[in-house]
Amino acid sequence: MTQQQAKELVRKVEENIFEVPIDFQEGMRVPGRIFVSDKLMNDLEVNTLRQVANVAMLPGIRKYSMAMPDAHFGYGFPIGGVAAFDAHEGIISPGGVGFDINCGVRIIRTDMEAGEVRPRISELMDELFKAVPSGVGSKSRLRVSGSELDDAFNYGAQWAVESGYGVEADIEHCEDGGFMDAADPLKVGDKARKRGKPQFGTLGSGNHFLEIQEVDKIYDPEIAKVYGIREGTITIMIHCGSRGAGHQICTDYLRVMEQASRKYGIDLPDKQLACAPADSREGQDYFKAMAAGANYAWANRQVITHWVRETFERFFGRDADELGMDLVYDVAHNVAKLEEHEIDGEKKSVYVHRKGATRAFPAGHKDIPPAYRSVGQPVLIPGSMGTPSYILHGGEGAMELTFGSACHGAGRVMGRGEAKRKFSGEVLEKQLAEMGITVRATHPSMLAEEAPEVYKSSSEVVNVVHELNIARKVVRVKPIGVAKG
Amino acid sequence: MNIPGYEYLPHPADVRFTAYGSTLEEVFEQAAHAMFHVIIDTDVLNPEHSVDIELESEGLENLLYDYLSELLYLFEVEEIVFGRFRVDSIEKTNGSYILHGQASGENINLERHSFETEVKAVTYHQLKVTKEKGGYSAHVIVDT
Repeated sequence: MTQQQAKELVRKVEENIFEVPIDFQEGMRVPGRIFVSDKLMNDLEVNTLRQVANVAMLPGIRKYSMAMPDAHFGYGFPIGGVAAFDAHEGIISPGGVGFDINCGVRIIRTDMEAGEVRPRISELMDELFKAVPSGVGSKSRLRVSGSELDDAFNYGAQWAVESGYGVEADIEHCEDGGFMDAADPLKVGDKARKRGKPQFGTLGSGNHFLEIQEVDKIYDPEIAKVYGIREGTITIMIHCGSRGAGHQICTDYLRVMEQASRKYGIDLPDKQLACAPADSREGQDYFKAMAAGANYAWANRQVITHWVRETFERFFGRDADELGMDLVYDVAHNVAKLEEHEIDGEKKSVYVHRKGATRAFPAGHKDIPPAYRSVGQPVLIPGSMGTPSYILHGGEGAMELTFGSACHGAGRVMGRGEAKRKFSGEVLEKQLAEMGITVRATHPSMLAEEAPEVYKSSSEVVNVVHELNIARKVVRVKPIGVAKG
Repeated sequence: MNIPGYEYLPHPADVRFTAYGSTLEEVFEQAAHAMFHVIIDTDVLNPEHSVDIELESEGLENLLYDYLSELLYLFEVEEIVFGRFRVDSIEKTNGSYILHGQASGENINLERHSFETEVKAVTYHQLKVTKEKGGYSAHVIVDT
């Protein structure tokens, strides 16, 4: 099948919804659904469609194999892939979560006016860059013991706060209260522990960042007020994950699943989709280890938050309370969760895999913190370097269309190698400076890899979920200072 | 005969490469080289420290996955950035393959080493070791 033929098979269902029919590829159990605008559909690689179709072949998949508007070609699942598998008849797959377990985003509000911060942004970025270790080979300032590591695997952000890295309200404003209780550190291998220990409290590299932003547009003043966000003020965004701990957990369990797939006779269109029945020992072992990895990531973002607050306190000579540095929310965008969803009129337990997708629960959902229950959870969509990020609120459309999921970012359109050949880090730094954005990076080539042009337009992506009422726009923030690994 | 080497292929988000060698050992060495060359300019690294690697896996693809994953693990945990890779032998014994080799490089020193792209992990996606007329090739995608 040629690229053109493959694309012609895809049918537009309605505005922003396309269907990959069940006969697109032999063995599909359900059709695929791709949530994109006409323009984004036009730019979508055929390989992404094939990956959506591959996921549709896995046992116990319910309704559709889905791709969010920022979808692009990944490994196994597409990036931006969402799929729900029946808790008894379905499977669990590490390939549906990815290596960076609970890669996620949090945003901290402040009462500081942008005008107060802008003149000193360069010095502030230097301080933040020192306070939060980043980049390949960087090590944490924190020395955790083996039992502390266990606690982090077990209790995530909650452990961090109890150990003095934050305040009680941080946990209330975190997806799942900052930890998944399914976690079992005994299911985490020795190698993952060894990699995780020295990296605890590091940002990492690649697309991860720490950003100082200015609230430049409010779409929904009432909900913005509930989230505590005011135009012209400063917000701080942290984007990172579970570091080597998560990478190793996924690496180890992919091997386990590769054998399990053969043992249980699951036909795989791609080995990266290796999986095991949800209620098998292998499936549950992975789920418990994955939850431990997710908790590590929440603890990691919590510790970094603490250092950011300390840096602001020192730098501005006022305490974090006075600066109003409250956590608005923290979301995981690489994770699998056991959730209840309505399928064919019945409530069913499913393992929802979100690989590069954000949970987007609407108003009234029991898993939203009480403070936000009347308006829906904050959905955090980071932009690429130099482009705006968005805060949306979960909408009813998410429960109807996408198992409570929205996009997770802008979505790459260009490889890192090509980006490095095309762009110069030094030139980029200058261009960003002209736009009023101060950048700190361990290496200029890092900037080239993350040039704004290598991503889809974040506004185009966000508009799709907005129009479908999956998640509605509340606030737009634009970067004024960025620290990259 | 396949000339030992590797080439990077286009990919929208991650890094994809094919490694070549006249023997299995050579193609594994080249794949390791290709992967570390993503992380750092390996040409300037001296073999100051080395570690022995011994692995047993079912199937050649699994062996390659395990070998490259092991190198990423050792890089982080032993804090050695590798630039040279030697695979002494890959032997087949009832259904599984046993690899003996060595990797060497320098202790990580952030003042001295300028790292480029982080490699998070080796993927199974389109992972393939192929026997060809002149030797072997291996196709690998790593998550970055």
